[in-house]
Amino acid sequence: MIANHTTVWIVIVALAIGSFLIRFSFLGIVGDRPMPEWLLRHLRYTPVAVLPGLVAPLVLWPSATGGMTDPARLAAALMTLSVGYFSRNVLAAILSGAATLYGLLYMLG
Amino acid sequence: MTSSNPKRHFLRGARDALPFALVIVPFAALFGVVATEAGLNVVEVMSFSVLVIAGAAQFTAVQLMTENAPTIIVILTALAVNMRMAMYSASLTPYLGQAPMWKRALVAYFMVDQAYALSQIKFEMERDLTVSERFAYYIGTVAPLAPLWYGASYVGAVAGTQVPPEFALDFALPITFLAMIAPALRTLAHVTSAATSVVLALLLAWMPYGSGLLVAAIGAMIVGAQVELLMTRKAGQ
Repeated sequence: MIANHTTVWIVIVALAIGSFLIRFSFLGIVGDRPMPEWLLRHLRYTPVAVLPGLVAPLVLWPSATGGMTDPARLAAALMTLSVGYFSRNVLAAILSGAATLYGLLYMLG
Repeated sequence: MTSSNPKRHFLRGARDALPFALVIVPFAALFGVVATEAGLNVVEVMSFSVLVIAGAAQFTAVQLMTENAPTIIVILTALAVNMRMAMYSASLTPYLGQAPMWKRALVAYFMVDQAYALSQIKFEMERDLTVSERFAYYIGTVAPLAPLWYGASYVGAVAGTQVPPEFALDFALPITFLAMIAPALRTLAHVTSAATSVVLALLLAWMPYGSGLLVAAIGAMIVGAQVELLMTRKAGQ
């Protein structure tokens, strides 16, 4: 339990200011000055470079199962990825991933 | 050149973002529940969700506070989780950098993974959009998501009781992110970049305070850019 509410408020204010400055950084400072082509070429890959790495440990070592690889979660992740890749449809990917997760959790449960 | 039509792009953005409501709602509600169980009151939970508006960082901060980590470590770790937003900010700058300062500040405040991913892909595919059409699309993507984020955090906080683990709400985040990434895997460069990100992130998971992910992301961006150069040269031969 968190008892010290002063600490909580320090964390909230620091994160609010810090998160805004991180998000504003390039948009605010660089603005409409042109950026070099080599930099733009790297930045094109930002989403595919960040999100898969963020998700991979959550898929393989979910904290809900104490870090043990869970067949239902792994299958749901693969299903979401394949449906999203082939259909290019975000909603179809989410729904088939959720259906796989609940279906397998129910059957294996 | 078609005439500028920000309203149409706002609605288009809202429509594109709507599927994410399915995952934003459970994710925000889960934050409300977890933070309330950790001892935060409703005002604190809502201040987190409205002022910080960054799910992964909020979970990280609450988790570390329950472990009684030093305050400075809580702040730095949660900000490290958010460092990916600096890359988002840089990657949106070529498209939105010409917008007035107040618009750029709004874009910064609402910069969440879903808005960024949808917008970046849209801007890259439709190169002839004007700056105000891009801004309209971006704000359109957060128009349904931000209110749901606030509202569901509140519901989670006042419900407060334990959500049964059978709901597997922990997996709302991975499913969202995978559903966003899969359609973006359009070229060999995108696929190798994503694969590099996964392998490096897993290998570097031991690094403290989420710094492994930052290293993995930079490595994956370099791989993506190099493969793109290679493929362009091949096509030019």
